[in-house]
Amino acid sequence: MTKAHPWMANSVQGIKDEMMAALGVDNVDQLFAQIPADHLTSRPFDLPPQLASEVELARHLDDLLSKNANAADNLCFLGAGAWPHYVPAICDEVASRSEWVTSVFGSPTSDHGRNQAWFEFCAQIGALVEMDFVGLPVYSWGCAIGHAVRMASRTTGRQKVAVPAAMDPERLSVLRNYCEPAEMASHIEIVEIAVGPDGRIDRDDLAAKLDETVAALYFETPSCHGVIEADPAGLCAAATAAGAEAIVGVDPLSLGVLAAPGSYGATIAVGPTQPLGIHMNCGGGVGGFIASPDEERYAREYPTLNISITETVAEGEYGFGLTLFHQSSYGSRDKGKDWTGNSVYLWAVANAVYMSAMGPEGFREIGNLILARARHAAESIDAIDGCSVDLSRPFFKEFVVQFDAADVAKVNQALLADGIFGGKDITGEPGVVGNAALFCVTEIHTEADIERLCVALREAVQ
Amino acid sequence: MTAPISNRSKARFEGYHAARWAEPVVMELSHPGRRGALFAKPESVPSVPEGARRGKAPELPEMTEHDALRHYLHLSQMTLGMMGVSLFGTCTMKYNPRIGERAVAGKGLAEVHPYQPPETLQGIMEIYANFNDFLCEVSGMDQFVFQAGGGADAAYTHACVTRAYHASRGELEQRDQIITTIQTHPCSPATANTAGFEVITLTLEENGYPSVEQLKSVVGPRTAALMVNNPDDMGIYNPDIKEWVRIVHEAGGLCFYDHANFNGVMTRLRARELGFDACMYMLHKTFGAPKGGGGPAVGAYGCSAELAPFLPSPLVVRDGDGVRLDENRPQSIGKIREFWGNAPQVVKAYAWARAMGAEGLREAADLSVLANNYMDKRLSKVAGVSRSHEHIDAWRMEMTRHSVEQVTKDTGCTVVDIANRMTDFGIDALWLSHEPWVVPEPFTPEAGELWSKEDIDYWIDVLEHVIREAYDDPEMVKTAPHKGAIHQLKGDALEDPDRWATTWRAYLRKNASKT
Repeated sequence: MTKAHPWMANSVQGIKDEMMAALGVDNVDQLFAQIPADHLTSRPFDLPPQLASEVELARHLDDLLSKNANAADNLCFLGAGAWPHYVPAICDEVASRSEWVTSVFGSPTSDHGRNQAWFEFCAQIGALVEMDFVGLPVYSWGCAIGHAVRMASRTTGRQKVAVPAAMDPERLSVLRNYCEPAEMASHIEIVEIAVGPDGRIDRDDLAAKLDETVAALYFETPSCHGVIEADPAGLCAAATAAGAEAIVGVDPLSLGVLAAPGSYGATIAVGPTQPLGIHMNCGGGVGGFIASPDEERYAREYPTLNISITETVAEGEYGFGLTLFHQSSYGSRDKGKDWTGNSVYLWAVANAVYMSAMGPEGFREIGNLILARARHAAESIDAIDGCSVDLSRPFFKEFVVQFDAADVAKVNQALLADGIFGGKDITGEPGVVGNAALFCVTEIHTEADIERLCVALREAVQ
Repeated sequence: MTAPISNRSKARFEGYHAARWAEPVVMELSHPGRRGALFAKPESVPSVPEGARRGKAPELPEMTEHDALRHYLHLSQMTLGMMGVSLFGTCTMKYNPRIGERAVAGKGLAEVHPYQPPETLQGIMEIYANFNDFLCEVSGMDQFVFQAGGGADAAYTHACVTRAYHASRGELEQRDQIITTIQTHPCSPATANTAGFEVITLTLEENGYPSVEQLKSVVGPRTAALMVNNPDDMGIYNPDIKEWVRIVHEAGGLCFYDHANFNGVMTRLRARELGFDACMYMLHKTFGAPKGGGGPAVGAYGCSAELAPFLPSPLVVRDGDGVRLDENRPQSIGKIREFWGNAPQVVKAYAWARAMGAEGLREAADLSVLANNYMDKRLSKVAGVSRSHEHIDAWRMEMTRHSVEQVTKDTGCTVVDIANRMTDFGIDALWLSHEPWVVPEPFTPEAGELWSKEDIDYWIDVLEHVIREAYDDPEMVKTAPHKGAIHQLKGDALEDPDRWATTWRAYLRKNASKT
C-alpha cells in the first residue's frame, strides 16, 4: 500500500510502527506465527486492480447497473413473490439512517430506539393479522412457511403438511428444503391438496387427506394466483378439527379489505414483508413474518428472535428486551428451535414506518384501489381476442391471463419491445391450463398504464 | 454522573449523553381521523366474498406523515450502535462505505424485478459474475452462490448441499451425523440439526481446540460433514486443521469452513488449498456491507466443482460476452430462499472488495491482527482483566476472548454491568461470547481494520476507568447506564408468559387492569 486507505485509519506507516513497537515486533508477519507454514498460500492473488478512488469506483458501479432495465422506466406487471408497489419517501429516509444501517446489536438501553422500532414492527403486524404474538421477521415468506410448518410439527408431534397443489414454485421449493428429504428421520411429508378450476382448495380432497397424521394445513389467501379464498374460516376449522394447525399465508397489504387470519381461526399466520415499504431490489427486498396467538404452545416454538415491551427502573418508562431467547439457536445451539441469525431487521424498521403512515384508512384505501385496478385490468385484458381471464374468481393484485394460442415467452418479448415487463410465464405450472401468465396490478398502475398494456397485448397476440 | 476519564489518551466522547425522547409506542401517538398516506378513490370497487371481508379495521396508529417520520427519527437517534466506538467481536465491525448505499439506492437496482427478462438484468448479473470470480480467487473454490440471507443461512445451505451430495451417492441414510466444535458459531450445529442431522460437538482441550484424537473418536461411516470455523473467537488458530480435513475426507464426509473469522487469515490462506470442500463469507461483515442491526445480509457460499451441481438455483454464469441465469441444474437443492439473494448487499460488498483490491485485503488482515495484539498488550495491564488460555502465549489472531471474572469476584459487578456502564461513554455494548460461556464473564473485542489507534486507546481507557469505578463505587456500575436513552430494564417480565408482550395488543390485554 503506497497511500493510506480512506477506510483504514491505521494504514499510516507511523501508526503501524508505533503499534509494532508496543509489541516489540519489527514485522507484522511475526504476529501470524500461529498459522503453520504449509497452510499459507503460495499462489499470489490475481484480482482486478484496486479502485480506491471513489470517483472511479462510482463510475464502474454506475456503468454496470445502468445495463439493467428497471420497473420505473418500464411498465412492470411482474409479481409472484416480489411486487411493484409504491415506497413512500419517508420509508427510504428512515431506513437509510446510519444509526440502524450500521448497528450490530448493542444492549436494550444503548440501542433502545432500534429495539422499539422492531417491537413496533411486530405490534403493527399483530394489528393487521389480529394475533397477539409476532416474532422478528425471517428471511422470506417461503422461510416463514418453512419455520411455521416445523413449529406445527413440534406442537402436534406429526410429520405431514398439507399444501395446495397449486403453490408458488419458489416458496414450495424453499418449503421442501425445510421439510427434509425422505431419508431423514425427521422428514416432514408434503401432501398436495387438489385445487379446483375456481382456483380454490378442493374441499373433498382436503377432507380425504386431513387425518390424525397431518401436522398442518397451509393455504394462502389470496392464493399464488391471486384468488381470494371465500371461506377461509371453513378451511381453518377443517384443519383444527383434525388436530392440525391452520397456517395461513396472507399479503399484509390486503388486510385493510380482507379478513384478518386471527379473526377466522388461523393458528399461525405468515406472509411477505416486501409489500410494506421495501423496494423489489431484484428480489433482495423480500422478508417474512410469523404470527400466532400468544399461547405458550406457540410462543415456545418460535425460532425467531422475539422482542417484548417491558418496564425500566424509571417509573413509566418503556424498555424493549428479548424474550424467549434461550430457545433460539443462539441460546441452545442444536437443541434450539430451528435456527436464527441475521435476517431482514433493517427492512422491519421500514415496514414499521410504512404501517404507521398508512394507518387503518390507508390500508383500506390501498386495498380497494388494488382490487379495483386489478379488476379493471383483468376485464380489459379479457376483452382482447386471444386472451381471457376467469372473471368469476375474486382476486387481489394478481390474476391469471390465459392465451388461446399465443406463446407467453413470445408475447413477453413483444411487450418488452414496447417497454413493458409482461406477467410471469406460468405455463406448465400446477393449477394452470394451457398458455398462461400471472399479471400483477397494484396502486402504481394507472388506467393509462393498463390501456397501454392492452394496446401492446392486442398486437402481441395477433 | 460521569467522572472524567483518568489516564485517557485523547478525549473522544467525554460528556456524551444519549438522546432521550421518552418516545411513546407508535400506537399511543394516534389521533382518530389523522392521515399519513392518501390514495385515489376508484370509481367502483369489486365486491369481496363476505366470508373473506375485513370486519373491524386494523388497530394501527392514525398519524400524519410528519409525526410518523419524526417518531422514527427520534428512535434512530436513540440507537447508539456504531455512532461512537464499536469493537463488537465476531461481527468484524467495518466501515460501511456510503458509495455502496449510493449505488443501490437508484432505480437501476431498487426498482428491478428478479423475473425481468435476463437481457434486462445484465448489470446486476455481471456484478454477481465478477464477484463470484473475485471470491473464487480469494478462497480457491470453484463456484459461489449468494442466495443465502445471512451467514447462518449459508451454513444451512451447506447442510442442504451435504444432504444432496450423500443422497446422490445413496449414502444419506447412513450418514446422519455432522461434527462441529463448541467454539464454532451456533449456526453450524443449529442448521445441521434443522436439516435433520445428529450433531456431535467436540470440546476444547489444553491447546484451546479439540485434539485430533477426539476428532478421530467420533469420525466414521455415519459422518456426513465437518462444520467448523478457524481461528475461533479466542483468536486461536487450529494448526491441525489440514489433518482434520484429511481424516473427515478419508471417512467419506464433507468439510465446511465457516469463514466468519476471515479477517485475520484473509490473503494468507485459501480454504480450498487446506482441503475444504466449501466455505462461507459474510458479505455484511467481512466484505464491508452493513449489518443493518440484523440483515438484510448475505452468506456467500462457495464450493468445489464436485459440489457445485448441488448448489441452490439459479446460478449466474458467464456465457460468451454476456451472463445468464442457469436454472437447468437437475441435481440442485432448489431454493433455500426465494430469488437469487440480497442483491443490494452483494453490490455493496463487491464495491468494497474492488476498492480494497488484493493489497487492501492484505493490509486489512495485517491491521486487524496488529490492532488485536496491541489491544491484548494494553488489556494485559488492566487490573482485573484476564485472557482465555493464559498459558498460550502466541500472538492471537484478529480477536481475543477476555474475562473480568476477577472484577466480578472482587466487586460483584458483572461483565454486563461493565458493558452497560461503558455505553455511558459512547461505546457500543461489548460482545461477550456465544453460549455456552467457556470463559466466565467474557468479553470479545475486535478492532478490525477500521478503528483508529485513538479509538482503540479510548475504548481501553474507558474499560479501565469503569473497572476502577467498580472497585470504588460499584453501585454506579451496577445501576448503569446513567446517560442512556432509557434506564436499566426490569428484566423479570421478559420470561413470564403472563407479562411478556411482543405486540401492543398483547400488552394492552395483559395490562388491562392498569390502563
